[in-house]
Amino acid sequence: MLGSKSRFGKWWVYLVVTVALVMVIAPFAWMVLGSFKGEGELRRVPPTWLPESASLDNYTQLFAQLDFGTYFVNSAIVAVVVTAGNLLFCSMLGYALAMLNFPGKRVLLLLVLATLMIPGVVTFVPLFVLVANAGLIDSLPGLFLPFLATPFGVFLMRQFISGLPADLLDAGRVDGASELGIFARIILPLCGPALATLGILTFLGSWNNFLWPLVVAQTEKTYTLPVALALYSTGQNNTQYGLLLAGACVVVLPLLVVFLVFQRHFIEGIATTGIK
Amino acid sequence: MSASTIAVPPRMEAAPSPVAPARPGRGRPGEGRAAWILAIPFTLLFLAFTVWPVAQSLFMSFTDTKQKDLRTPFSVNFIGLGNYVRALSDPVFQRAAANTAYFVVVGVPLTLAVALLAAVALDKGITRFRAVFRLGFYTPVITSIVAVAVVWRFILQPDAGLLNTVLSWFGIQGPNWLGDVQWSMPSLILMAIWRNFGTGMIIFLAGLQAVPYSLQEAAAIDGANTWQRFWHITFPLLRPTLLFVSVTTAIGYLQFFEEPFVMTQGGPLNSTISMSMYTYNQFGYGNYGVATAMSYLIFVVIAVITAIQFRVLREKA
Repeated sequence: MLGSKSRFGKWWVYLVVTVALVMVIAPFAWMVLGSFKGEGELRRVPPTWLPESASLDNYTQLFAQLDFGTYFVNSAIVAVVVTAGNLLFCSMLGYALAMLNFPGKRVLLLLVLATLMIPGVVTFVPLFVLVANAGLIDSLPGLFLPFLATPFGVFLMRQFISGLPADLLDAGRVDGASELGIFARIILPLCGPALATLGILTFLGSWNNFLWPLVVAQTEKTYTLPVALALYSTGQNNTQYGLLLAGACVVVLPLLVVFLVFQRHFIEGIATTGIK
Repeated sequence: MSASTIAVPPRMEAAPSPVAPARPGRGRPGEGRAAWILAIPFTLLFLAFTVWPVAQSLFMSFTDTKQKDLRTPFSVNFIGLGNYVRALSDPVFQRAAANTAYFVVVGVPLTLAVALLAAVALDKGITRFRAVFRLGFYTPVITSIVAVAVVWRFILQPDAGLLNTVLSWFGIQGPNWLGDVQWSMPSLILMAIWRNFGTGMIIFLAGLQAVPYSLQEAAAIDGANTWQRFWHITFPLLRPTLLFVSVTTAIGYLQFFEEPFVMTQGGPLNSTISMSMYTYNQFGYGNYGVATAMSYLIFVVIAVITAIQFRVLREKA
């Protein structure tokens, strides 16, 4: 009897969610369409939807005159290194904390949990001092080193590995596997779903990260995409709308593709961890 | 009827819970050594780039550290609570704190409400294309705030902007959203809701699906209408989820930074400057001690608000 809603009721809900979906997606559609428009058309009142004469001028200018290719490569390198580091280091410690006994385990676990909620704004000034004194300001290592090992990753991996049967260890030991061999050959292959979630969330966080690269990247050779776009869009002389929209597309679209390909892992990961 | 008249069935355990049984003794020989080999890389990076900065940040906040002390961060003067006093008596910081409070107090409940509405609509209202809507509503969450802020700056333009054009179809003369002191903050909140409600929606959907169908059915047989069922059964069971989403959303909103940085630079007339943004500005001026004191104030506010939310939302009803 719960499912016996009238046809009209459902039709009404479909209409509402469809209108809502159009409103949610409209800014993206406008961004993509606008990136093909010329300056004159972008300033017209009232605004147009479809470009009158679509051209790739904005994109060629972005990559030929403005070096967005370099920023793109920087963003990609930093995101890949940060993701790889977290997958490796967090699964290693997560396994040790979940399955092994060792001196100092409780202290380490408490320290990781205590720092889980500390916002980035608390650490960025001393982190800047540290990285500056190491001579890493305005370098790619300065951009990725501080993010290679994050407490959230350890928390996620420990939770997941705790759910695996502990018999696996004993089975491995009986078969003569070394302690590290058990991790590499038995545990890690079973961590696929957790690694997928952690990998996607880390890549996303790194690609979109703004405050730290804004502080560390001081010349164009180390800018990441969000830094370049933000500085360009707030700069004094730059009011070329088409370029800004094309730049926003270059930041957003690669991630959108990654998201659509991996969306199942994504959404399951969000539902279980709640972290965006 | 009230929820208390319904006997809650015991949770079905699908399988024995896969908790590791306590292993006797102190483990195998070599276990401790192997564990530390696995732990060392993370621990070193974690100590250097998380634990140390957190501690040094606290130290700096009690000193007069400036940019010129960059090379010698420990040969500085200890000035007690001076930076905290300076921050709290700074009218711009007070303005930033008020703006951040506005953003959180208005933005968080609205984001939660939209997320819950979307989740209920997708869970109960429709049966087809659920995955498409879920995906669509979630898409803004994955995008760079910088990029969407650039796009929204155009959408919110007074004359050529998309929003005011749509409003004009209905005969409404839209304001100069980002240029008007009254409308600048609501504009940022609107964009924040648009970008963030997808996260809450996904988590609420998972929470809604965990509400046992038998409970809904029993209430329906007892004559409860849809609204009563939602309010007396679904909502109380959703409380832990609600707590979780409100805490994580509030923590994020308390640190909002990119939106004013790109869209308004804190203006007009400091009407959108946030605590994080002002902290960043102080860092930019070279006032490291003041900046770290401000960052600790943000941290304290986050901790206090999280504690309050736990109090209010946890053990009620």
